[in-house]
Amino acid sequence: MNIVTCLKEVPGRETRYRINSAQSWIDESGVTAEINECDEYALEEALKLKEKHAGEVTILSIGRTRSEKSIRKGLAMGADRAILVEDEEDKVRSPHAAAAVLAGALRDEECDLILAGTQSDDFGYGQTGTILAQLLGLPHATIVMEVEALPEQGKVKALREMEAGWFQWVEMPLPAVLTIQAGISQVRYASLKGIMQAKKKEIRRIALDELGLNLDSLPRLEVSRLYFEESASKAEILQGDTETVVNTLVDKLRKEARVL
Amino acid sequence: MPGKIYVLIDHGQGKIRGGSWEALALGQQIASGTGKTLHAVLLGQQTADLAGQVAGKRVDSVITAQDDRLAEYDPDAYTAALQQIVQADTPDLLLMAHIYQNIDLAPKVAAALGRGLVTDCIGYRLNEGQLVFVRQMFRNKLNADIKIHSEPPWIITLQAGAVPIDDLEEGSGTVESRSVDLSSVPENRVQLEAIQAMKGKVDLNKADVIVGVGRGIKKADNLKIIEDLAQALNAEIGASRPVVDNDWLERERQIGSSGQTVSPKLYIGCGISGAIQHVVGMKSANCIVAINSDANAPIFNIATYGIVGDLFEIVPSLTKKLRE
Repeated sequence: MNIVTCLKEVPGRETRYRINSAQSWIDESGVTAEINECDEYALEEALKLKEKHAGEVTILSIGRTRSEKSIRKGLAMGADRAILVEDEEDKVRSPHAAAAVLAGALRDEECDLILAGTQSDDFGYGQTGTILAQLLGLPHATIVMEVEALPEQGKVKALREMEAGWFQWVEMPLPAVLTIQAGISQVRYASLKGIMQAKKKEIRRIALDELGLNLDSLPRLEVSRLYFEESASKAEILQGDTETVVNTLVDKLRKEARVL
Repeated sequence: MPGKIYVLIDHGQGKIRGGSWEALALGQQIASGTGKTLHAVLLGQQTADLAGQVAGKRVDSVITAQDDRLAEYDPDAYTAALQQIVQADTPDLLLMAHIYQNIDLAPKVAAALGRGLVTDCIGYRLNEGQLVFVRQMFRNKLNADIKIHSEPPWIITLQAGAVPIDDLEEGSGTVESRSVDLSSVPENRVQLEAIQAMKGKVDLNKADVIVGVGRGIKKADNLKIIEDLAQALNAEIGASRPVVDNDWLERERQIGSSGQTVSPKLYIGCGISGAIQHVVGMKSANCIVAINSDANAPIFNIATYGIVGDLFEIVPSLTKKLRE
């Protein structure tokens, strides 16, 4: 099975966000990037499927040159090669554009299954994988917790998360697009051997312009203002050292909230 | 700027989904602010009774499309039906609840129509006649105002609880049946069995006090301090998703959109950031205490009392105090 897995670099989980002076985006200085959480789980699913069914895992990414670090990490985990669409000026900022670029980059690829994260940890629109499926005319499933490929039958089964503790198995013909939920497995670490091998693996670079897309003609979402929630801190924040705050809390729970 | 607002009404087991009533309430608000007419769209089979319920709200009309292919959710059939209705009627907005089904459906519809979609909205603003939608970004730590640049309809999914159902106004609308042609829609995706995760072992709904534990606990070995606090309070332990995903606690203790919904008298969240997926499951607790080292954690926006600090210091100290 040839599997393409989409991977995006986002600000790391521990980032303390600051807003830029134009209030249009975060201040990226000093922000450390890492692989988007869901995308890491998507890659893990791809690698597990490869172990079971053989074939090739290709990482597909849109990003700046510096995204290479995350891509190398993915290659070290076990992906075979990568395609990076270079977007040095950060032009691809809307799901329709991202999906069109991914579809463009896949024009000459043959793949049986495309995986993507359910959602990114920056914009978090949760649309790109599904739009990609529609652009490619492929079936899709979102928020997938488990994947069972049946390549000899040309099918894939996916367990979708639903509300209130329910899950639903769905089945689709291959090729298909699945968007993978975070936290569904243990993501492997790169071995030392993997890290060494990754240095020699191919990253095919495509300049955004080479794809010949007119991104301006696509639906676009503009972040017109980015800010911390204005209804800041409704909680009464208790002040003092540990002993003081604990005493105050117990007192308030007994006398004010009357819940103890 | 007159025009039309469409709201997709979702249903299951013969009942309209709560989120759809909220989306309809949002539609009413925007209609009032803009002078647009409001129309509900109901896809399914044998939906006359449901259509009647929706028509009892302040809507101009309820459009029903009935077809065997719409009896259960099927992304291809639902997309095709919505596409046919929307292309014929050209509304300005198509609103939906941000539920699991529409997380799957809305981007497909947006792609099929070639229109802009903003998911998981928590509100909107009307700036000089232009609608701007508010949503959270960066793991829900920041809010963003989003302008859509596309032809109408703009598609919006609304976060659960963003608009109270109490705001929904009564009224009376007409019911109009619409035929859609789904004969050429491929049957790609087949629904197989649905399963429920270990229901019944732990019923958090019976607990007056719940101690919730999140990613901040760092590892399973650290859970002892949470167990001690729960014991001192005679409380049940609940968890946010990362704790369950890491197998630190059983899945039936998960609180939130994919777990249980609880409303205890007292909820003490320890090392829980307050992602919306968790918050929807516990925000109706009478009193919420948040203990978190990050002063910007969204849990402090919904908590009654907050302690910004290290849970590994605060929690044992609180247990000790309660045992005195």
